Amino acid sequence: MDKLKRFAIDYVTYVVKGSPAFYAWVAFLGLLILGLLYGTYLHTADGLRYTGLTDQVHDGLYLANFVFLVGIAAGAVTIVFPAYVYHHKGLHAVAVLGEMLAISAVLMCILFIVSHMGRPDRLWHMLPVIGIYNLPNSMLAWDTLVLIGYLFLNLIGGFYFLYKKYTGQPLNNKFYMPLIYVSIVWALSIHTVTAFLLNTMPSRPMWHHSMMPIRFILTAFAAGPSLIVLIFLIVRARTRLWIDNSAINQLATIITYCLGLSLFLSLSEVVTELYANTEHALGLQYLMFGMHGFNDLVPWFWGSLAASLGAFVILLTPGLRRDYRWLPIACSLAFAGIWVEKGMGLLVPGFIPTPIGEFSQYFPTTLEIVVTLGNWALGFLILTILLKGAIGILLGDIAYATSMQDRVTASDTGVSPTPELT
Amino acid sequence: MTMSDDARANMEWAEWFQGNYRLMTDEEKALARARLERRYSREYGKAVSVDGTPAQEGVLMGYALNIKKCIGCRRCAKACVEENNQSRGKDQEIEWIRVLKMEKGEFSQEKMNQGYPEGLGIQVGGNAYSPAGVVLEGEHYYQPEAVPEKDSAYMPIACMQCEKPPCVKVCPVRTTYREADGPVVIDYNWCIGCRMCMSACPYWARRFNWSDPKLPKEAMNPVTHYLGNRPRMKGVVEKCTFCIQRTRKGRYPACVEVCPTGARKFGNLLDPNSEVSRIIARKNVFRLKAELNTFPKFFYFMD
Ligand code: SF4
Ligand code: SF4
Repeated sequence: MDKLKRFAIDYVTYVVKGSPAFYAWVAFLGLLILGLLYGTYLHTADGLRYTGLTDQVHDGLYLANFVFLVGIAAGAVTIVFPAYVYHHKGLHAVAVLGEMLAISAVLMCILFIVSHMGRPDRLWHMLPVIGIYNLPNSMLAWDTLVLIGYLFLNLIGGFYFLYKKYTGQPLNNKFYMPLIYVSIVWALSIHTVTAFLLNTMPSRPMWHHSMMPIRFILTAFAAGPSLIVLIFLIVRARTRLWIDNSAINQLATIITYCLGLSLFLSLSEVVTELYANTEHALGLQYLMFGMHGFNDLVPWFWGSLAASLGAFVILLTPGLRRDYRWLPIACSLAFAGIWVEKGMGLLVPGFIPTPIGEFSQYFPTTLEIVVTLGNWALGFLILTILLKGAIGILLGDIAYATSMQDRVTASDTGVSPTPELT
Repeated sequence: MTMSDDARANMEWAEWFQGNYRLMTDEEKALARARLERRYSREYGKAVSVDGTPAQEGVLMGYALNIKKCIGCRRCAKACVEENNQSRGKDQEIEWIRVLKMEKGEFSQEKMNQGYPEGLGIQVGGNAYSPAGVVLEGEHYYQPEAVPEKDSAYMPIACMQCEKPPCVKVCPVRTTYREADGPVVIDYNWCIGCRMCMSACPYWARRFNWSDPKLPKEAMNPVTHYLGNRPRMKGVVEKCTFCIQRTRKGRYPACVEVCPTGARKFGNLLDPNSEVSRIIARKNVFRLKAELNTFPKFFYFMD
């Protein structure tokens, strides 16, 4: 028990200490989180009337971010899978960082769902044990369960690994490996269920096709590793933790394949819908070209397509893919492209036209944007804390052995051995 | 803080902690309703009753509408708002009934050659771009001087009380469900406002309370049912319930009573002699979006 307590104390002390740049980053996030608090206050006090949502387009920015972030959470498996199944050395060394990303992404999903709900004070109605579930009927009930399950799998797996590393004990593979394999399959399940959430509704023709789950997985395995590559490059530049080129290149390959395939699926969908051009194609047509003078979403669609295509071209060129000045550009483009595609390119046009044929536009209000930024900031704060601690342990900066020594030496010298990290 | 404030806060706390209405025991249900009666009576300054009459044995409520007779006056929509305590006003206007106005299109001589392949072009169809009585693509914000307008047909829609309701299937917390006598109802106190049901409904029949409903005290209808027209709160979904506060007591829904042309019929589908059963047996009836297998209990017919 004493070890566990020391682990917690060491972890926290390590995380709260940092360079001015680190504090500036945290303060910046804190500022955005204030916006979130204000928005949440307004939502709770007055309902969702400050959003741009209507009875026609009743799901918007919040739900779109939720859908996207489930993908990011699932995308963490692109580290864990090659690391443990293909024994990829470079990724194996940093696999725990993927789990940390998954944890923060799931927490962000929950944040967005809470913002999306009309009555967040009734959240307990859908919590396991105390709530009531409409199983096996409701996809949202399944989604809640698989997300919570995924959160716990990663919390247990990640922190078990870190704790063992901290105490210098070997991992108990009989316990750890099954956990890893389950979480790999589970990662697929979370985004599949999110896709089912949308595509099982024939009332929304644009969503109602079986391609969505596989496309969701592919975009997740492009957007997730894109974010991870960006994070890895930052970690390499700003900390002493060296992430091997082989790891980054492996991820870049995965992004290339998945992005390419997802573009192909988009193309198939467009051809299928537009060739026959039935009423079911109205949503897609509205998205691509606008209809009846409404064309708010058109730039989003083409922008997203351009970003994804741009990323794909860069990634497909071996010289550019391995050039670490180009790679982050490609990753940012892929990330942004897929983010837009999940929100303005999928969720919103699904509601236009309405089932009775009404066209109405949606654009997020300032408050929605402030709350969204706040949710992301809170997510990034959690991510920063988790990653910093994990890196500290991987580096050996936080370790039970040194912690015991420090308790003696620190009192002698009064100097903290913690290096500066962002 | 005065005593009454305290009592009110306590009441709302109790409301917050209460479970799903369907799973409550009879005593709990009675308590929940009494709590609401006290709160509503104070809030609206009149004696409000919250009824809990359960589904009647041997009754399956059904509805039939003669689209030939509908003149688009929308009195049904107004009566519904008043009967069912919907929110009104610019800020937050909620209507459960929408009357779609559909223009009667026509085929015209000028367009005969439109889309005809010239040379090796693609044939895309001559007159095919103008409407000719398009189902479910109507205007429902029309503001005519007089109804019915020339060259218009009307198709009122509301909740179809599907026998296989997709909205019930998707609700994660079993807040909305089909009652034994047919109507699909919502326990407003248990709804978390996720709006999944709104996405799933193929008839755009559900409405969301984006803020606290604007229900004028003097216009509030004090005769309510827990699962029907009692005042709603912000952040929950609501919809037509076939006026269960009336129909479970043997009355007609408000829209049926008010319709000036007698286009609307209501009755027990299990009784072969009821008006709706006879209409289904004798007239040509159709249901909207039958291909979705929702099995609406709302039938359209014409004579
Ligand atoms: S019409 Fe819509 S709201 Fe009514 S029961 Fe059917 S699916 Fe549910
Ligand atoms: S909005 Fe309410 S009734 Fe509709 S699915 Fe969600 S919890 Fe159920």
